[in-house]
Amino acid sequence: MARMKFLCDADRCIECNACVTACKNENEVPWGINRRRVVTINDGKPGERSVSMACMHCTDAPCQAVCPVNCFYTTADGVVLHSKDLCIGCGYCFYACPFGAPQYPKVGNFGSRGKMDKCTYCAGGPEADGSLAEYEKYGANRLAEGKLPLCAEMCSTKSLLAGDGEIIAQIYKERVVKRGYGSGAWGWMTAYRETIAS
Amino acid sequence: MATHLTRIRFIIGALTLAFIVACAAPVKAQQRNPDNSVNPTASAVNESQLLNELDRISGRCTIPDQKACTLEQPAGRDWRHFHQVTLRWIGAISILGMLVLLVVFYLTRGMVRLEAGRSGRVLVRFSAFERLVHWMTASCFIILALSGLNITFGRPLLLPLIGPEAFTAWSQWAKYAHNYLSFPFTLGVFLIFMMWIAWNIPNRVDVEWLKEGGGIVGDRHPPAGRFNAGQKMIYWIVVLGGGAVAASGYLLMFPFYGTNIAGMQLAQIVHGVVAVLFVAAMLGHIYIGTIGMEGAFEGMWDGKVDVNWAKEHHSLWAQEELAKGHVSAPPPAGRMQAAE
Repeated sequence: MARMKFLCDADRCIECNACVTACKNENEVPWGINRRRVVTINDGKPGERSVSMACMHCTDAPCQAVCPVNCFYTTADGVVLHSKDLCIGCGYCFYACPFGAPQYPKVGNFGSRGKMDKCTYCAGGPEADGSLAEYEKYGANRLAEGKLPLCAEMCSTKSLLAGDGEIIAQIYKERVVKRGYGSGAWGWMTAYRETIAS
Repeated sequence: MATHLTRIRFIIGALTLAFIVACAAPVKAQQRNPDNSVNPTASAVNESQLLNELDRISGRCTIPDQKACTLEQPAGRDWRHFHQVTLRWIGAISILGMLVLLVVFYLTRGMVRLEAGRSGRVLVRFSAFERLVHWMTASCFIILALSGLNITFGRPLLLPLIGPEAFTAWSQWAKYAHNYLSFPFTLGVFLIFMMWIAWNIPNRVDVEWLKEGGGIVGDRHPPAGRFNAGQKMIYWIVVLGGGAVAASGYLLMFPFYGTNIAGMQLAQIVHGVVAVLFVAAMLGHIYIGTIGMEGAFEGMWDGKVDVNWAKEHHSLWAQEELAKGHVSAPPPAGRMQAAE
C-alpha cells in the first residue's frame, strides 16, 4: 500500500494560491474555512519562501490521539480522516495539531464550535465512496477514483506534490541534486519524523 | 599630445569608476556553489532554524482568517502528552486516591457521632438564600465534573462499553451541559465568595484547630467559629479553584479571544489539573457533609443544626448564637437524615 503524503517544494512555490482555490471549489468547503492555505515567510525580504500547507496526514497523528470521542481513523493509504457524525466539536484536535488544520464552522450560540472540518486528501469520509452523503459532509473523493488531491494535481509550478511518500521524496531529491539547492520538505520532520536530505 | 592627455584622463576616469563600482555594488557578494553557480537558497529561510528560534513559524497569508498565517506549531506534541498521559495520571491518582482514603477512613473511624446526643433544640445555620446558592453551585458542579471527566476518561473507559454512536450522543449533550452550566456555576462561585468571605479569613483559632487535626483523627473537638479551618480550606478551594476553572474554561469556550493556540493549550492544562484536584477535594467535602459526620447534612438541607452539634463542632459560633438567643424550636419529625 502507498503511504500518501504532501510535499511542498518551497523553492518553487510562487504563492499563486491556486491550490487554495482548487481545494475550496473541489470540496465545496464551507464559508470561512480554508483546508489549504499559502503562508509566505519573510515576505518581501531576501530569501522569502512561500509554503502551501494543509493537513499533513501525520504519522501517529496527534489529532487522532487526543480526540475524546475517537472520531479519527487512518486509512490503509496513511490518510487521516474523521467522522463528522461522531465529532462533538470540542476543539481538542485543534489544540494538538501542529499545522492548524482542524477548523470549526461557527454554529449555535456564542459561535460555539460545530463539527470539525479539515483536509481529507480528497479522500472523503467514512460514508460509501462517491456517495452524495460523503460529498456533502467531506467533499470530493478523488482518491477512490484513482486521482490525487486537486491542489497538487493542478499546481502550476509542480511545487506541491502529492502521492506516495517515497515517490514524491525521490522526485524532490532529484530536483535538489539537479538544481543544487533545496530548502527542505517543510513540515516533514514534525509530521512524519523524517526529513529529506538536501 | 592633447589626444594623449585625453586618452590618459579617460583611462584614469574609467579605472576610478570601475574601482567605485567594485567597492560599492557587491556589499554582500552572492554566495556561490562550489561550481561557481549562484546559490539562491543562501539567504533563504530555514525551517529547522525558524523552529529553533521560536516554537512556531508564522508568515503572511492572503486569506481573511489571519490565524491561518501560522504555518507550524509543533508544541501540540507536548500538549498531547499532557492530555494523554500526565492529566490522566494526575486525575486517576487524586480522585481514586481520595476515594480510597475516604473508604479507609470510614472503615476505621466511621461516622463522627454526636457525643452528647441530640438536644432537641436547633440553631439556624444557613439561610434559604445560602442554601439555594450552595445547591445551585453543587448541582452544576456535579454535572460539570462528570461531563469534564468524560472528556478525559470517557474514551478509554466508557466508549468501549456503549459504542461510538451512543458515546458521541452522550458526549455531545455533555459538552452542551458543560458549556451552559458553566454560567450558573460561575455565578454560584462568585456568590459563595461574596456571602461567606466574612467568616473565612484565616485566624489564630484555625492554627489551634489544625494542630489538633480538626478533631477528625482523635476524639477531641477543638474550638471553631462558624467555619472551621477545614471548611475555610474548602471555601478557598471553591473560590480560587472555581475562579481558575471558570477563567481558563471561558478562554477555551471563546477561542482566540485574547489567546492563541499556545495560550489555549496552557488554559486547557490549568483547566484540567485544577478541575481534577477540585473534584478530589469535593469528594472529601461531600463525604464529611453526609456519611462522615452525624448532624452535618441537615445544616445545608433544611438550614438548621442541633444545638449539641453546634457546640461540639463550632463551639465559638454556638456560644455567639446562644448568647443572641437564636435557638428555635425543634424541626418537625421525619426530616431528612443522611445515611441513617
